Amino acid sequence: MVHSSGDVEFAVPEPVSAPLPAAGVVTRAPVTPAQYILSALLPGSAQIARGEWVGGMLLAFSWAIMLSVTFLARGRIAGVFTAGRMPIDGLVAVVTLVLSLVTIWGWAMYDLKVRARRPRRRFGDSQWTIAARQFRRNKLAIAGLVVMIVLYLMTLLTPLLAPYDPTAQGDIVLTRYLSPSFQHLMGTDKFGRDIFSRVLYGARISLSIGFIAVGLGVVLGALIGSVAGYFGKWTDTVLMRFTDMMLSFPRVILLIVIIALFEPTIWLVVTVLGLTGWMSVARIVRGEVLTLREREFVQAAKVLGMSDARIIWRHIIPNTLAPVIVYATLGIGNTILVEASLSFLGLGVQPPTPSWGNMINDGRDSLITAWWISTFPGLAIVLTVVAFNLLGDGLRDALDPRLRT
Amino acid sequence: MISYFLRRLLGSIPLLLGILTLIFFIINIAPGDPTARYFNPNISPEVIAQMRTNLGLDQPIHIRYFKWLGSFAQGDFGYSFGQLRPISEILPTVLWNTLQLMIVAVVMIFILGMLIGIVQAVRQYSVVDNVLTFFALFFYSMPSFWLALMLILIFSLKASQWGWPIQFPASQMTSVGYEFFSTGERITDRFMHMILPALALGVGGAAGIARYMRGSMLEVIHQDYIRTARAKGLSERIVIFKHALRNALIPIVTLLGLYLPILLSGSVLVETIFAWPGMGRLIVDAIFQRDYPLVMATSFIAAGLVVVGNLVADVLYAVVDPRIRTE
Repeated sequence: MVHSSGDVEFAVPEPVSAPLPAAGVVTRAPVTPAQYILSALLPGSAQIARGEWVGGMLLAFSWAIMLSVTFLARGRIAGVFTAGRMPIDGLVAVVTLVLSLVTIWGWAMYDLKVRARRPRRRFGDSQWTIAARQFRRNKLAIAGLVVMIVLYLMTLLTPLLAPYDPTAQGDIVLTRYLSPSFQHLMGTDKFGRDIFSRVLYGARISLSIGFIAVGLGVVLGALIGSVAGYFGKWTDTVLMRFTDMMLSFPRVILLIVIIALFEPTIWLVVTVLGLTGWMSVARIVRGEVLTLREREFVQAAKVLGMSDARIIWRHIIPNTLAPVIVYATLGIGNTILVEASLSFLGLGVQPPTPSWGNMINDGRDSLITAWWISTFPGLAIVLTVVAFNLLGDGLRDALDPRLRT
Repeated sequence: MISYFLRRLLGSIPLLLGILTLIFFIINIAPGDPTARYFNPNISPEVIAQMRTNLGLDQPIHIRYFKWLGSFAQGDFGYSFGQLRPISEILPTVLWNTLQLMIVAVVMIFILGMLIGIVQAVRQYSVVDNVLTFFALFFYSMPSFWLALMLILIFSLKASQWGWPIQFPASQMTSVGYEFFSTGERITDRFMHMILPALALGVGGAAGIARYMRGSMLEVIHQDYIRTARAKGLSERIVIFKHALRNALIPIVTLLGLYLPILLSGSVLVETIFAWPGMGRLIVDAIFQRDYPLVMATSFIAAGLVVVGNLVADVLYAVVDPRIRTE
């Protein structure tokens, strides 16, 4: 600071900074027994009473939503147990429902019992806690995360949520091409099937394909990238040339060539999506490994006589995880788009199994008379992919500020 | 500069060879062969066997591989079973149709994307920035085929139903009676047919470019020489478009290579929906007709286009950024 002396009035004194609180001592109010009883009756209410609005409201809302799902689906929950053969997806749905209720209730109690007493930590950060703090500040990313969790919960709860059987054909005269109404939230298609139920069931296919295919691609890419980067020399040349080659194919063209030559089944689609989705990960991981290889801890591990496999697995791959997680999150959204395009062309999920892509294709013929058939599955895709992109962007900003665009 | 270009050119030859090999083995490992389309109770097995001999399918795979490579090197792509004419006769028109669409889409992507990105960067964190970011994300996450259907629904079908002054044709490249049009009418006709497919193909890409452009522009705008330019008293327009834009463009140029495969993938869907007689639609038709030679030729051309596109992007990168050349 340069202060000009002379006619300038007296310089404002530097504010004396209040002494920083000592590390790790932000005490919170103790929990009263009344709050425990409140929390046991309605999760989240005790937190609200204590003035922790955000956490309390979230807990209360999710508790309310889950309870109302249970209430609305009570007939079907009973149906799962009284049916002659117990339907497996119905059972999964009931288990999910019970587990999420228990989790919400338990979390509210845990939050009161443990977290409220534990003094808030202020200092001493690992890379991941810094990232978590960054992430929590990003409201859009949190919104993406919430949408993602809700979507995955919905896929598990579909049998309890869907108002109709997704493949049941209605009365061909009375229920075909019905426009959206309270009976059929998103209308019906040309076979009189309820679009809303089909969108819910389609979510299962799309989300699980996206998840598994990206998982496969990430594992493969991390493996190839780390081997190429770690061993270098001709291994690197061969593997990276192969990667370049795979990258030169427009992905959809490669996919339709392979899938059309074999029989299109869900498993083939997942495998091929995984096998064509590893290249970017391989490149990212290789780049990271090239710098990590020269670092002291890797050199130390080598000197200690560890095997190459152990060094790659235990010391190198964990350090490349941050960008890979970001890529995987963005990749799920992209894979869902590609799967939808394949199903749209008739090369992905085969009808009558509903998937968002083939539902859009169903609506193509009657676009002008029944716009709702194609529109709603498309909106579902957009919502899902937006959620994954928001989450991925948030993770990127949190995990690696260098990558920020 | 020339030597840099030549080095890149030589480097892409093994790449093309690898692509050819991959295509050949994918197609030959898959069950079924070109004669499968003639299986029919009326055709005796001897005829099929004769056909296989004529086509050379009874020879071992490595001999077929080298023969096939040899004919490709001479520019002979073989004979289409589906269309019953030589592939080299089919390809040029189809390729030109796709290129028209892609060039329009690329120009649109870059102009639209860059403009949006610049506006966002100049007005960082304003309402305009946030709204544009949201819309960019929305369009970026949208499947191109769904966007295509929605565009048809609104600007073609509903537009004619509601009697809008501007209606776009929903399919094909030309209107009925195209042969009798004058040159000016032909150009407008083609343009009208091209607008919806190009939009469907390019909007997602434009949203992506806008995101990159915003980031790259923000990086440049905070540098010292921009402050110097402002301090000199230059108008804001000159500072942004002359000083900042030039440096912000450098990373954007490389995106051209990145977007080419995505555009080609998109063109498969968009051309199928709009009945645009281009490469993407040809590939889909060839695959469903089990027209193996055509599948091989078109997928090679698609991959080759990407390689060429990457080469062009690299060279452009060297042109705009002299630091690359001296490596």
